[in-house]
Amino acid sequence: MKCQRCEQNEATMHYTQVVNGEKTEVHLCNQCADKEGYMNFHNNGLSIHQFLTSMFPFDQPMSQKQSIQSHTTLQCDHCGLTYDEFRNKGKFGCNHCYEAFEPYLNPIFKRVHSGNERHVGKIPKRAGGNLHKQREMDKLKHELVQLIEKEAFEDAAQVRDRIKALREEIESEKGGDV
Amino acid sequence: MSVEQFVNEAVSPWMKEEGEDSDIVLSSRIRFARNLAQVPFPTSRNEEDLSRVLEYVEQEFNNQSFKSFKQFELIKMNELKPIEKRVLVEKHLISPHLAENNNVGGVLISHNEQASIMVNEEDHLRIQVYYSGFELDKALKNALDLDDWIEERIQFAFDERRGYLTSCPTNVGTGMRASVMMHLPALTMTKQMNQIIPEINKLGLVVRGIYGEGSEALGQLYQVSNQLTLGKSEEEIVNDLSSIVRQLINSERKAREWIVNQLGIQLENRIFRSYGILTHSRIIESKEAQKCISDVRLGIELGLIEGVSRQTINELMVFTQPGFLQQYAKKTLTPHERDIFRADLIRERLQLENNN
Ligand SMILES: [Zn+2]
Ligand SMILES: [Zn+2]
Ligand SMILES: [Zn+2]
Repeated sequence: MKCQRCEQNEATMHYTQVVNGEKTEVHLCNQCADKEGYMNFHNNGLSIHQFLTSMFPFDQPMSQKQSIQSHTTLQCDHCGLTYDEFRNKGKFGCNHCYEAFEPYLNPIFKRVHSGNERHVGKIPKRAGGNLHKQREMDKLKHELVQLIEKEAFEDAAQVRDRIKALREEIESEKGGDV
Repeated sequence: MSVEQFVNEAVSPWMKEEGEDSDIVLSSRIRFARNLAQVPFPTSRNEEDLSRVLEYVEQEFNNQSFKSFKQFELIKMNELKPIEKRVLVEKHLISPHLAENNNVGGVLISHNEQASIMVNEEDHLRIQVYYSGFELDKALKNALDLDDWIEERIQFAFDERRGYLTSCPTNVGTGMRASVMMHLPALTMTKQMNQIIPEINKLGLVVRGIYGEGSEALGQLYQVSNQLTLGKSEEEIVNDLSSIVRQLINSERKAREWIVNQLGIQLENRIFRSYGILTHSRIIESKEAQKCISDVRLGIELGLIEGVSRQTINELMVFTQPGFLQQYAKKTLTPHERDIFRADLIRERLQLENNN
């Protein structure tokens, strides 16, 4: 496959960008990737980190309702990292950076993770609290809607009972000393 | 037990077991990136905090045992000679990035070398587990168990919405990178990798040559891994990766059949010439060695070469690398001396095999 920029060299970098749910494919040769600013991270071969710089043209906060500091002054008050430093390095300084830069993160995560911005994987037992059960609850509710749509009412009734039991469990944990 | 064990043996104990599809898949790996909730990430370069992380890990996990991984040993980067670090990098027990981190870097290695937990790499912990062959499910299960065990004593940085919080936005969520190392000589020879690589990239997976890039992958070895870590569960990610690996295995098998039929004696000629070079040369560069080793591996899998085991080939692959050669020679070698020593070692190893 030829490089889409110079249309001469063999493309060595292949990447799918997802912006607002729209996929764009990027195929570039080494030199062009360099010129487009894809390569200013590590120089030991290709790594996905190198594509990070391409995420940052979208410096618009997601929620316009909140009044947000302009990103030039935005800073994490735990580790002191500024948003501009984060932009340049492509790395967070501590877990609180995630809160500090929150308004800017969705477009970044969506680009790197094919449109996703929410974790659905493992939950640590310790930090998770009743998140496991909450997750289970979401799943059951989703199942219930589907069953009702299919008019599988007997199954739906069973799922409804499970939701009820789970809700009671969650409530009792909140009240009691668990 | 000491670092000696890890640097003297070319082949890690786990590599001696034979996993699924090991004619094509050399190894499967699962890696989790984890951070402590209360300490800035290693990217902040706060050495005081980071050395406390290393101390804590030493105190809690050094000489502790967990299930089949058995005992873990903590090795600090500042206790190692440069050559020893290089060997650990060549064995994939540490990353080059960790090797550079002399002051606060460390690694917990399990006795069987199946698990290594890097401390203060880009994240506080990089937990990785290796299995021989195509064993991603098994690797995932055991890596999750190991992660639980570590979590008993460490509170991880975790957010309900974003998952495990990592230094790099490319790892957030599951913090997981699943990968397999594949030997794809027939797909490479038939120039199919050039088309396959972009196709696989479109599916959110990354393929790269282990030594070198794209179609020029040295030794015709490729690593296939997931790109996204957010929005899918660990199991989904592994399933997606596995289905692609399965397809690659089938394509490689077909391509092998095709080259055997189409190339016939030319293929045999290529393989036996490479075998001849390995068994007879007096000077051999790393590049040429890798190429010949790849041909001989294919020769073994096609049943053309008998009396040499996969095991031996895996061993040759590791100990023909510069760091291991010098560790083995017990001295620093010039590049020329290295090429001579490499040729000697390979000849001796294959000689040994033929006498058995
Ligand atoms: Zn170009
Ligand atoms: Zn911070
Ligand atoms: Zn990174």
